[in-house]
Amino acid sequence: MKKNVLMQGNEACVEGALKAGMRFFAGYPITPSTEIAETCAVRLPRERGVFIQMEDEIASIAAVIGASVAGKKAMTATSGPGFSLMQENIGYAALAEIPCVIVNVQRCGPSTGMPTSPSQGDYMQSRWGTHGDHPVIAVSPSTVSEVYTEAVRCFNLSEKYRTPIIFLMDEIVGHMREGVEIPDAETLEIINRPYSDVKGISKTCYHVDEGEWVPRMLPFGEGQRYNITGLLHDESGFPTNDHAAAKKLMERLMSKISSNYEDIVRVEELLMNDAEISVICYGGTARAVKEAIFEARKYGVKAGMFRPITVWPFPEKELYPHLSRLKHIIVAEHNNGQMLLEVQRAAERSVTVSFIGKIDGTLIRPEEILQKINEVQHDKNQ
Amino acid sequence: MNNRCVIRFTGSGGQGVILTSVIMAEAAVLNGNKTVQSQSYGPEVRGGLCQAYTIISNEEIWFSKPEKADVLLALTQASLNKYYRDTVQTSVIIADSGLSVPGDCPASKLFRLPILETAEKVVGRLMTANVIAAAAINTLLDLFPDEIMRKAVKMHIPAGTEDLDMKAYEEGRRLAEKAKS
Repeated sequence: MKKNVLMQGNEACVEGALKAGMRFFAGYPITPSTEIAETCAVRLPRERGVFIQMEDEIASIAAVIGASVAGKKAMTATSGPGFSLMQENIGYAALAEIPCVIVNVQRCGPSTGMPTSPSQGDYMQSRWGTHGDHPVIAVSPSTVSEVYTEAVRCFNLSEKYRTPIIFLMDEIVGHMREGVEIPDAETLEIINRPYSDVKGISKTCYHVDEGEWVPRMLPFGEGQRYNITGLLHDESGFPTNDHAAAKKLMERLMSKISSNYEDIVRVEELLMNDAEISVICYGGTARAVKEAIFEARKYGVKAGMFRPITVWPFPEKELYPHLSRLKHIIVAEHNNGQMLLEVQRAAERSVTVSFIGKIDGTLIRPEEILQKINEVQHDKNQ
Repeated sequence: MNNRCVIRFTGSGGQGVILTSVIMAEAAVLNGNKTVQSQSYGPEVRGGLCQAYTIISNEEIWFSKPEKADVLLALTQASLNKYYRDTVQTSVIIADSGLSVPGDCPASKLFRLPILETAEKVVGRLMTANVIAAAAINTLLDLFPDEIMRKAVKMHIPAGTEDLDMKAYEEGRRLAEKAKS
């Protein structure tokens, strides 16, 4: 029996994470993510987990990485200013292949911005915030129910591909309460990272078996001794300047995501089958877009919504089949045009792409999207 | 109930208007309705202007930030002054009895209830004003069965305050019944 309960987006993030097996949280509370830390502080001790309020966000991500190395499923939550501070260690987790989930409940503006106002200004940062070529998976939910189920999926992806996952929430969904249907435990797949049974000193801790994508390491403290570093390393885990070893490592890091695109990418398509105008959006913005699409259809406008749930990698292969039919794409996001660049790249000038965005902390309203749809419909008919 | 009802709860940070909106949303879920609840406030929570809202519907609710409210609760003059314009002719305003409603208010139905005074003097604790307000709104609008509202209130009040909050609930109901008649 599914249970329908009233839950806030930030609370649903914690409940989903706990269901996935999260037992360690370290963070520095920051609006609009604070309820995630608060809920973890209440819930984790009851699940024999650990909650630590750290001195800042650099320490928070460092503690999360340490806990994950010791075998715990670990999470931190922050907003823009804290997300910026975490970037160096997110890169470390990506290179050292340490599973963890970083929740960013986005707020408006650069620097400390407008803490209680919604935004999606960290879309590009979630891809390129840390330096160097590195693999990234980022996921953005648009309902409280989806926060729950996608939090579970974030942990699964993190464990399976041994990589940090950015759970890119926004203030709209984080601070909203709605009825959530909690899925039955047996219907939820829970994935745990692969382990080896090698004890003692391991000189091949970063070795990857044929047909697998990630190394099998025992958690620290369970009898296997190995080295972890943020320097490029060979199979022994020790730094190397060998270009062949560097190439092998870097190519595997990138291809463990790109080769498993189908497993990682998830989108929602609404009335896209015959759509001539598509609004592309993600996260909380989709709520206004949905209303606009339903309204446009009432007037006979063939409008549809294409919503990446996995926002990185960008789900271009899902978009391709629609391009030959689409006459116009509108990208709607609460920033100055970030996913817009990915859409323009994917559309390769075969479809006109326009943009509707907000950067003042207010919301894009359904009637504004509808107006944009009507404008492009008018242009199409000229 | 109309198919979609937007209730806006406004007051000063610390009065508990967000909790009132959460209680109404909880009752909606218990009653099998669709609901979305959210709030907005500035960086300074206590003492600042605070507004929360609950949308209740029989259909899925997508866009979550309404401009116009079908029902407006105002516990301070500042919050009433800011939000009375975001009502329509058919809106219901429930204001604390100490407040004055500006002449150009679009809403036609106004209830002035001594919510804060009742909380302080009858129930004995000002903090119960939000439960009084929840009970009054529910009674005035005939939204949910009483037992569902009581259950929703009990799910969101601190342990040990049940008797006090149930007393507040009864007082809220009484204020509304009196205003209705």
